[in-house]
Amino acid sequence: MNSMHYLYAAYIATWLIHGSYLTILVRKYARVRREMERLRK
Amino acid sequence: MRRGFTLLALATALLLSFALYEALIAAPTEQTMGDVQRIFYYHVPSAWTAFVLFLINFVSSIVYLIRRNPKADILALVSAEVGVVFCTVVIVTGPIWARPVWGIWWAPGDIRLTTTLVLWLIYISYLILRRMSTGGRTPVIAAVVAIFGALDVPLVYFSIWFFRTQHPSPVIGGGGSLDPRMAHVLLINWAAFLCLAWLLSWVRCELEVATRRVDEAQALESLRESSR
Repeated sequence: MNSMHYLYAAYIATWLIHGSYLTILVRKYARVRREMERLRK
Repeated sequence: MRRGFTLLALATALLLSFALYEALIAAPTEQTMGDVQRIFYYHVPSAWTAFVLFLINFVSSIVYLIRRNPKADILALVSAEVGVVFCTVVIVTGPIWARPVWGIWWAPGDIRLTTTLVLWLIYISYLILRRMSTGGRTPVIAAVVAIFGALDVPLVYFSIWFFRTQHPSPVIGGGGSLDPRMAHVLLINWAAFLCLAWLLSWVRCELEVATRRVDEAQALESLRESSR
């Protein structure tokens, strides 16, 4: 594997980690909002 | 509030794009390692951002123990969680950088690598404690764990001053010299990651506040149902 592959792997891994975390937060937030709506009714 | 969030999100996206361009294209190529050294612009700012977040967690935990302020507890939880995300980036990008440069993914027994892994495990344990424990004393116990956990942060940073290690010296205050153009790109990337950390913490804070409201409402609902 040439060194550029390691460079791309590191950058992609960084964005995958941040992207996954943000996706988890957004999904949880949507679930909590739905629960709030249900409790309001 | 919403406008502030949108502005921060836009500023973060712009700064991250600019920082990426600076790291991959504008920064000079390091002579010994070549292009793979550009991992440095993500690895080091992620570590610094994690340290800042763990420091916020440390201070918030002390404030919570003194004042029992729920806002301090939320800030402690959020900073630890986002800090773990940045620390995970450090743990993942480190070996990817080490493999082509040192010829190994991990140097077993190396003090910097080991203390960083221990730091990550401490905060993972902190988050597991917060998630699994449901007692009213959980925030207090978590705050105490956080204060002891934070003691590992200076150990991680200064370990390479006092022990022989495969890891290079710190770029700031470590006696090493860094090309001013590289230092400039490093600081831009750090600013971008700090903005990202702020944005993620904002979303996580909103989520935590909403979750606590829902939990209270659910508790009230079940009380009402049981009294019928």
